Amino acid sequence: MKKATITTLVGATLTLLASSAFAECNISAGSVRILGNDFDSIRTVTDQAKTCASAETTVRVNLTTEHKNIQVPALTITPAEYTVALIANNSISPLLSADLVRPLNDLVEKYGQDLLPNQLIRTGDDVVAIAFMGNAQHLFMRGDILDELGVEPPATYDEIIDVAEMIRSEGIMEYPLAATYEAGWYLAAEFVNMHLGMGGQFFEAGSAQPALNNEDGIRTLEMMKTLTEYMSPEYLTVTADEMKQMYLAGEVAIMNQWGSMVSGHLGEDSGNAQISEATILAPAPTVNGSSTPAAALWWDGFTIAKNISDADAEASFQAMMYGIRPEMAQQNPTAATWLIKEFDAPESAQGVLQTARLGARGYPMSPFMGYMHAALGTELSDFMQGRESAEQALTDVEASYLASVREAGLAD
Amino acid sequence: MTHKTFFAFIFPSLLAMILFIALPIGSIVIQSLHVEHPRILVEVENCGPFGCERETRVDTQATQALQDEQPLGQFNGLGTYFDRRHLATEEVSHIFNNNEGFQDIVRQMYNLPFYKALSFTLVYTFIVTPLGMALGFSIALAVNAIPRFLKGPIIFFSLLPMIVTPLVGSLILFWMINTQGVIGSNLQLLFEDPDLSLRASPLLTWITLIVYGVWSMAPFSFVVFYAGLQTVPSDTLESAKIDGASRWERIRFVVMPHLIPLATFVALVQLMDNFRVFEPIVGFSAEANATSLSWNIFNDLRGQVDQQYSSAAATSVLTVFGVVVLLMPVLIRLWRDFNRKA
Repeated sequence: MKKATITTLVGATLTLLASSAFAECNISAGSVRILGNDFDSIRTVTDQAKTCASAETTVRVNLTTEHKNIQVPALTITPAEYTVALIANNSISPLLSADLVRPLNDLVEKYGQDLLPNQLIRTGDDVVAIAFMGNAQHLFMRGDILDELGVEPPATYDEIIDVAEMIRSEGIMEYPLAATYEAGWYLAAEFVNMHLGMGGQFFEAGSAQPALNNEDGIRTLEMMKTLTEYMSPEYLTVTADEMKQMYLAGEVAIMNQWGSMVSGHLGEDSGNAQISEATILAPAPTVNGSSTPAAALWWDGFTIAKNISDADAEASFQAMMYGIRPEMAQQNPTAATWLIKEFDAPESAQGVLQTARLGARGYPMSPFMGYMHAALGTELSDFMQGRESAEQALTDVEASYLASVREAGLAD
Repeated sequence: MTHKTFFAFIFPSLLAMILFIALPIGSIVIQSLHVEHPRILVEVENCGPFGCERETRVDTQATQALQDEQPLGQFNGLGTYFDRRHLATEEVSHIFNNNEGFQDIVRQMYNLPFYKALSFTLVYTFIVTPLGMALGFSIALAVNAIPRFLKGPIIFFSLLPMIVTPLVGSLILFWMINTQGVIGSNLQLLFEDPDLSLRASPLLTWITLIVYGVWSMAPFSFVVFYAGLQTVPSDTLESAKIDGASRWERIRFVVMPHLIPLATFVALVQLMDNFRVFEPIVGFSAEANATSLSWNIFNDLRGQVDQQYSSAAATSVLTVFGVVVLLMPVLIRLWRDFNRKA
């Protein structure tokens, strides 16, 4: 009796799931295989896409922080190991350079009624990816400390330095600032933020030649160095997760943190309700009298592999469109800064959205940028520790970058 | 033993060595001599959620034709070995022609990634190997002297650093030396310096890594030396005792000479192990202050979105070369011992 009930129940649920999924995704048949980075907002999307599985359609998902390292080999073989690669503006470049991405123009026309025009990532005439969420580093500040000092929340780096000086001289904190300056990827990302805010360029127009060693580059480094005077001396080992711990331990008053980590700081499980409540979110600060926020804008999106059958490509596109449908964003408003239609952004997404609205520039989607980022990550730490001049650091970055792009066949 | 029987005995291991050691090294050498084909670049307008920018991209079809013709890439000879990220011959000769004395040469050389990595790797190897062996030997002597029933638990605890995965071990220590961690905050109290941080200055980072290295390397020496101690002839020890030799004299003149061949073996293994130091650098987020050859290889392959195979291959070959040079004295010594016995 009991067994029969369970079987009926399971059977009924399965039928329900299958039929509802089948009805909503409208996939006739195919195999969907998704590869992507592993974090909560991505999981929200892929969990939805998974429900498209039916008798004729299989959906397999592999989310891993190692996705960047396996995506090129996995998509090179025919048929590709994965039909969908979830990427961001930096990780799409290796796929584009190896010609592994399917142009989506016809699929967008057929199934993309719910897409906003700015979700389409184009290079030339081809739609190569669909973006579904945005991200950027922006300001997290302790409102209680600013109130205590009686100052307005700072909006430029110069104001931040003034406030930091006040916090120090009032004896509230010795090191009121923090940034993700861990040598390597994080430090380079912060350089990119500041350099974009300075209005700087990374490459000479239309070529792989670096264009860092100039006034903009030096000003960028000097501002970064000035800020470190107000940071805990171990700043070159601080990652985003480390910074979150420091902030929630009450050691930091103002920091430039990732928008995707807002819920970890303000949510119920932040571990320090007092600090969470006192936190003010604001767009990334501007610098050097410019009106552009000093932050690179990032998007996360998906591409469809080239080396797969048309049927699988169609099924994959449909499954992903189901994963990023407007209702998904409405049901999970705090999960990410969705770039999806009809998304009513809550307070937690405002930091990123306002940074974008103020005209921050996107992280460069260029085949050289990955090499530049790597060179910045390894060559800037000597300067940050005061062991060499800004000019020397930038010369080193350019030399190291040129050696890499030469090896990659991107420059002579 | 006939040649045929000898060959039949040795063949399986010979095959395994060719398959798993010689071939991979050969492929790395070939890889290091090639770089990727020149890519054909075109300028396009890239558009995204935050507007459009004119950017360059690779003309994949034109590049593909070259790639199909020569899948290995373009032959580059020793070019990769001599570029700035490796031996940096051009930069080095420039440094020797333009400098302000010895200190300036050292400073400028340290600015080149390969020499920066090499200097830490060598310092680490030559400090950690003897200290680790000395610590292991003293633990072995101590354990050998304690009552039997205590030996089991003490041996287990002494082996812990070796059982813990290096990455996990270094991460745990990293959290402990954090300024909020138990070691970090106690050091601040001890030296009455609220800014003291083991992670901030290069010197302290090097010391931390070396201390960690000694801690994690000692158990191996301990195990081998402890086994060796069981083979020390007890009559020689007893007669030394009757002759009035102190404990130190017995160790110095009986135990140590007996263990010398063992020490050569331990030194060999430890030199190789320490030369490929890698995990603590990742675990301690120490790349700003200390890099090693292995870390450079890792950074080429896993640092960013692009993989730089030729650069990693060249560093690997240089590392293999370094290991051979490093082991030369020990190998010569072994060879001599072997000849003497024969």
